[in-house]
Amino acid sequence: MTSVITVPPSLDDHSFEQVVEQLATVPPDAKLVVDARHTRWASPYGLTALLALGQAREVRASFTAPETEETASYWARTGFFRHAEELYDLHGSVPKARGGESSVLLEITPVVKSEDVHEVVGRIQQKAQQILSKELNIDAKATVGFAMTLSEVCQNIVEHAGRGGWVGVQTYTWRRRLANRRVVVIAVCDAGLGFRQSLESAPGRVRSDRWDDAAALEEAVIRGVSRFRDPGRGQGLAGVRRYVGRWDGKVSVRSGTAKIAIVPSWDDDVPLLEKLAPFPGSQVQVTIPERVAGGPPR
Amino acid sequence: MMHIDVSSVLRQTLSCELYSNLVTRPTGAAVRTQIEALLADTRERSLTVIDFSHVGMIDYSCADEVVAKLLLRYAAEERDDREAYFLFRGVTEDHWDAIEAVLERHTLALVLESADGASAHIGGIVNDREREAWNKVYEMGRTAPADLASATGSPTADCARTLATLHRRRLLMRLDGDYVAVGGLADARV
Repeated sequence: MTSVITVPPSLDDHSFEQVVEQLATVPPDAKLVVDARHTRWASPYGLTALLALGQAREVRASFTAPETEETASYWARTGFFRHAEELYDLHGSVPKARGGESSVLLEITPVVKSEDVHEVVGRIQQKAQQILSKELNIDAKATVGFAMTLSEVCQNIVEHAGRGGWVGVQTYTWRRRLANRRVVVIAVCDAGLGFRQSLESAPGRVRSDRWDDAAALEEAVIRGVSRFRDPGRGQGLAGVRRYVGRWDGKVSVRSGTAKIAIVPSWDDDVPLLEKLAPFPGSQVQVTIPERVAGGPPR
Repeated sequence: MMHIDVSSVLRQTLSCELYSNLVTRPTGAAVRTQIEALLADTRERSLTVIDFSHVGMIDYSCADEVVAKLLLRYAAEERDDREAYFLFRGVTEDHWDAIEAVLERHTLALVLESADGASAHIGGIVNDREREAWNKVYEMGRTAPADLASATGSPTADCARTLATLHRRRLLMRLDGDYVAVGGLADARV
């Protein structure tokens, strides 16, 4: 029997949970169709998470592209289909990417090894400076921190996932929560080990009474714990939190059945969500909003 | 005095001219290994300028590998075989974010040359007494504990202890019982 997963019309980190919930009853080796025909919009998180979904399947799944030409064309320009065709049997009208997309700071890019992180950081620097200062009114000095943040979240894949993942960076206007303010969003998703399994592999680790995906996320994201004994480890995500805090941004990390978020005042997300439908690996999103006059001090 | 251009080491390490950013932990480990290989040829007592002038950016993981681990191995550990001192040059505000974070994590400190090369100061984790003592030694040049005691009004024994601590952390050099600040060594023989 073939199971069909329907991708919601608007796909972001929140609505991706609808996809994961549908997936919860489908065994990893079952035939699967991911139906995005009626999807009109997707954030970089949504697109990279769909790739992680394809990566997680034991049997190659089918993927039906959005019916709306504009959407399909946009997804092509983000580089989504180029990677999706390696993971899915694609159906529907899949346009070829023509030209770059101005809102895409970094096309969806695979991250497997350390050199990929160099490539990603090198590619983003110049464009990031232009976008951050001109579109988001953020000090040009923030560009370096932005590239550092990107580097650290990508390294999470190289160091902990045990398999490759994808990164995408994009700007868009956030109409609901931020009253038409621009945001820049980094999304990094993989279907690898995830935080709990990574921390469990630490040598000599003593398990506490409460040990689950949420506890693992709290240890890694809030307390900077790493699976490595090296005391210098675990600073990357702490640095990401510092950068995000300085620019009134948001970072969220989903892994397994939990999601943790550092939530700024402009957002109403929940800091810790537990007992979500399971999804392998780690999915990270960093959001930096446009700076407005009278915004919080740095 | 040895001069190590970190950007050149990075390019040699990656065998690639395209990358000027110090990012990722494996890259940092490789760069530090290369720096350590260069240091292996130095004398028992050495001063090395670690030059970041041509480094685009450095992330936390790389700062931990290149800066923190270098200091931990040569400046924070008690080593009988080697007295290695470092002066960090060309460290910009952009680099400092990551470097400061790793110094805090490991309770380390280092000596930074100012942008124009005309002066130096310490950065990282030092207490007020250590900072004051270092600044005085930097200002006065070759300094004995009694000289510092006169300058600060503190007991000589306390000054001797503070200077010994700064020497152990390789922020001051000891020359025949006197101390000289790293970065203020224009005439000192290293």
